[in-house]
Amino acid sequence: MTLDMLETGCTATVKSINNQSTERRRLFDLGILPGTKIENVMPSPLGDPIAYRVRSSVVALRREQARLIEIEK
Amino acid sequence: MSTQAGTLNQCGGCASSCQHGAQLTRLGIKVRNWDYTIALAGNPNTGKSTIFNQLTGLRQHVGNWAGKTVSRAEGAFNFNDKKFKLVDLPGTYSLLSTSVDEEIARDFILFGKPDVTVIVADATRLERSLHLVLQVLEITSRAVVALNLMDEAGRNGLTIDARELVRELGVPVVPMAARRADGISELLAAIEKVSLNEFPLRARQARYADEELELSIGMLANNLQATFGDLPNARWVALRLLEGDESIINAVRDKTLGTLKTENSLPSMALSEAR
Repeated sequence: MTLDMLETGCTATVKSINNQSTERRRLFDLGILPGTKIENVMPSPLGDPIAYRVRSSVVALRREQARLIEIEK
Repeated sequence: MSTQAGTLNQCGGCASSCQHGAQLTRLGIKVRNWDYTIALAGNPNTGKSTIFNQLTGLRQHVGNWAGKTVSRAEGAFNFNDKKFKLVDLPGTYSLLSTSVDEEIARDFILFGKPDVTVIVADATRLERSLHLVLQVLEITSRAVVALNLMDEAGRNGLTIDARELVRELGVPVVPMAARRADGISELLAAIEKVSLNEFPLRARQARYADEELELSIGMLANNLQATFGDLPNARWVALRLLEGDESIINAVRDKTLGTLKTENSLPSMALSEAR
């Protein structure tokens, strides 16, 4: 499954990032790597973007970005 | 130098008068005839500009929003009879150039040949900050890590072993709470030491297990040196070429690699205008 499917309050582990462009680089720079734990903290009022906790900081990702991130629970 | 969270200097309020008043003279924007150039790098919102203001005495340059430091802000200070130019770089999570900010920061660290690059790290989110630290150390070993927001880390129950970090990173690590001016004098001492080559730098650098990759890096680096002469870090440029970094590829193509963009071609900002 991909990160956009993770429910609020749930934590998963990143498996891979399904993208080869600068987007992948950007996600790596934010500390989102294979093996990283990631938690869906809460959605924004309109449901997109969503706030995720990664390595004790919170980042907001758009649904289309979250969809690039393959996770396992 | 390596104080820990629990033993942070409590002298916040009177810092400028009793901590480093004797040796530090803030010179504001009077940047002329400096002996050493110091670059300030770090993630957004880690207190780079707070440290910049503490050292230069400038106040114009404050605010808490994304992308506040759009260009390089410059100031100066005198410490122990040496004049330092301080360059505040835009806050970035990376130096791999996916934005103008990152390009400005990277080009200055790489080609501006600062005598010391101070990397401001967020003690409350150390893991994330270390990413940029390692990227800078890949470019230069002439670095100091300013471990800022130690007061906040303490409130969150975090203790950080700064001594161990020095051993792991091979560069000075200074715990700080810049808002209260804690650690400023220690930071100044560390900057001075690295400037004068008095700190035994052993910067941690990534090596690649793949022999073929190392071979390609070596070959490319040699070619780059032959073409561009005195590059500060040909190995790093070679890595970016292999990675397909467009801005570096273009800079090699049009032979502008190694030339810093002048201030005129950068987005204008209050400080450079004020000069």
